[in-house]
Amino acid sequence: MKRAGFTTVWLPVALLLPQLMIIAIFFYWPAGWALQSSFYLQDPFGFGSTFVGVDNYTDLTNNGEYMRIAWFTVVYSALVTFFSLSIALLLAVKADNVIRGAKSYRTLLMWVYAIAPPVAGFLGILFFDQRNGPLTVFFQTFGWDFKLGVNYNSTATAMVMVAVWKQIPVNFIFFLSGLQSIPRAVREAAMIDNRSATGRFWQVTFPLLAPTAFFLLIINITYALFDTFGIIDALMKGEPGNNPMTLVYKVYLDGFRGNDLGGSSAQSVILMVLVLLLTVFQFRLIERRIHYT
Amino acid sequence: MKFLQIAATTAAFGLTTTATFAETNITFWHAMGGQLGETVNQMAEDFNASQDDYKITPVYKGSYEETLTAGIASFRAGEHPNIIQVFDAGAATVIGAKGATIPVADLLADNGIDFDINDYITGVRYFYADSDDKMIGMPFNSSTPIMYYNIDALEKAGVTPPKTWEEFASVTAPALKEAGYIPLSQSHLPWIFTENFFSRHNLQFASNNNGYDSTDTKILIDNPAIKAHFTALSDWKEQGLFEWYGTGWGDNAKPFEEGQVAMWLGSSGSFGGLIQKDLGFEFSATMLPYWEAVTTEPTQTFIGGAALFAMSGKSAEENKATAEFFKFLTAPETQYFWHKETGYVPITTAAYEAAASDGHYERFPAAEVGIKQLTLPAGDHTKGYRMGFYVQIRDIMNREYGRILTGESDVDAAFKAIETEANALLARFAKTQG
Repeated sequence: MKRAGFTTVWLPVALLLPQLMIIAIFFYWPAGWALQSSFYLQDPFGFGSTFVGVDNYTDLTNNGEYMRIAWFTVVYSALVTFFSLSIALLLAVKADNVIRGAKSYRTLLMWVYAIAPPVAGFLGILFFDQRNGPLTVFFQTFGWDFKLGVNYNSTATAMVMVAVWKQIPVNFIFFLSGLQSIPRAVREAAMIDNRSATGRFWQVTFPLLAPTAFFLLIINITYALFDTFGIIDALMKGEPGNNPMTLVYKVYLDGFRGNDLGGSSAQSVILMVLVLLLTVFQFRLIERRIHYT
Repeated sequence: MKFLQIAATTAAFGLTTTATFAETNITFWHAMGGQLGETVNQMAEDFNASQDDYKITPVYKGSYEETLTAGIASFRAGEHPNIIQVFDAGAATVIGAKGATIPVADLLADNGIDFDINDYITGVRYFYADSDDKMIGMPFNSSTPIMYYNIDALEKAGVTPPKTWEEFASVTAPALKEAGYIPLSQSHLPWIFTENFFSRHNLQFASNNNGYDSTDTKILIDNPAIKAHFTALSDWKEQGLFEWYGTGWGDNAKPFEEGQVAMWLGSSGSFGGLIQKDLGFEFSATMLPYWEAVTTEPTQTFIGGAALFAMSGKSAEENKATAEFFKFLTAPETQYFWHKETGYVPITTAAYEAAASDGHYERFPAAEVGIKQLTLPAGDHTKGYRMGFYVQIRDIMNREYGRILTGESDVDAAFKAIETEANALLARFAKTQG
């Protein structure tokens, strides 16, 4: 096979340059600044600045509250990822089986995708209103003293539910197209081998969906970690109080509400490392074991 | 043709701008939303109409926290406004950054405007002053926590507004509960039940003169009096004598406005809003109760709300304009207008007298409660507090208080946690100033 190539070095460089500049200006430069200021304690107005070494990091690890927030972030991400993937998969499988009116079902299921996270958060506030929110009333009929913004577990539940609801459509679209790309011949062959629909799903359909599911797993973890910010912010109604929060929200609170730039930078460096590890995990450990067709 | 039109418009536009060029324009960033924001706009318009030399443009920048952050970011970028409104909890940050602002006492004196700190009512004078009692920020929307009550509810229960917490616990609250009300709610635990709790009982809140004298300060929150107060509070909640609706201000005010809660601790600045809401019941207000077991001579509270700071790095003409605007704001007529519309206290004695002689307090006795409370006898620890990273310290208080009231934590552990974390933050802040 003949390899297509450039005759000069400069043309590919020139073509790549805009993209590289965007990455440099919007990622490496601020990331470098964050790394640098994580070793300083700075007066908010920028007058004084003291080099404190790794104090900003040790202050975080010695802070029980930061550890509690980290633990909540793990639990929250696990719950959001698990529920948004499993519910979306269930819906996709059911929608795939529907013949009549399939288009309208699909459109209705994807609709939520168009809602911005803060709007989803505000809808959450309406649904979980302390006195007359329909879901509050629903939970209270089971004897649960559900109160958004008062009880830690209630607020956490609301955050998970809104985040899952918001994410289902994305997963649904991917799962549905994944299902539809499974060749008809494979399904028919499986039909002869196994009469149980559940058995066929786990033995044939699900492994064939694995690349989609794995891709979605990574997307959903990053969604839960970072993109649920708007939902969390809206549900807190401007007052962190005793509400649960994720690590990203804590970065924002300390940096932009508390004006502690050093501490906030140290936290964002920790998050950068976390994302780096997630990426390494994605490429090194899992990609090798999953076969794309 | 099109080109000519554009050229003509541009030329005309150029002419109008040169025509008004003699005017000095200044900007004012504030955090007053809704009705309060409209009142601020009205005052700015009045100032602009009162003379031809200066023009002020007020800009709403969101919450107090957002306004401060926007101000800091703009200062670092060299694009800051002339005047910025900074709230009580941000005072240490903005006053600590010497060179970011011009002390209001200097600004007025340099521009030939008479300034005497003794013209201001006592509770207002020193909160935004430095350790030498020099006024740095000009108190603007000054409020203090007071107790609003539903007159109909209290009549139905056959009680009068409580003066002390002992009276509340033994007489008022049980009667109100009997009458079918939730007796009490409040809207800001750090402000009402912490900072002003210390001031009302003349207790020391932080070392180094409540933090005014040095940044090497420790918070003294682990105090038996306030711990007893929170123990009582969580008992009352259990007995149905008190309810807590979360950390948000509005969530706690709403049940009072809807008539379920009989008494609500809010800001004297809430008065204007309550009057306009047409509540469906008569309300009035009284001073913040105190514990007789702690003191028999309760002292004044200090102001909350926010102050205006003149930011540095502006031309002499612009500073002159800022000084003139401050002069306009402190004039008795302006202060009376502001007080009447919003319920924030008038900051000068002259304005207070103007309101009194106009019969404002005969019409609305509740409007005077805040000023009366601010002019009570002062004590050694009633001028305010000055602590860095105080926004986070308040967040820690809110978190721990929430845990006490939802049974997640007990009083001793919560106060220990606040003390430890707050002192760690104060030590960090001291380093930023080094």
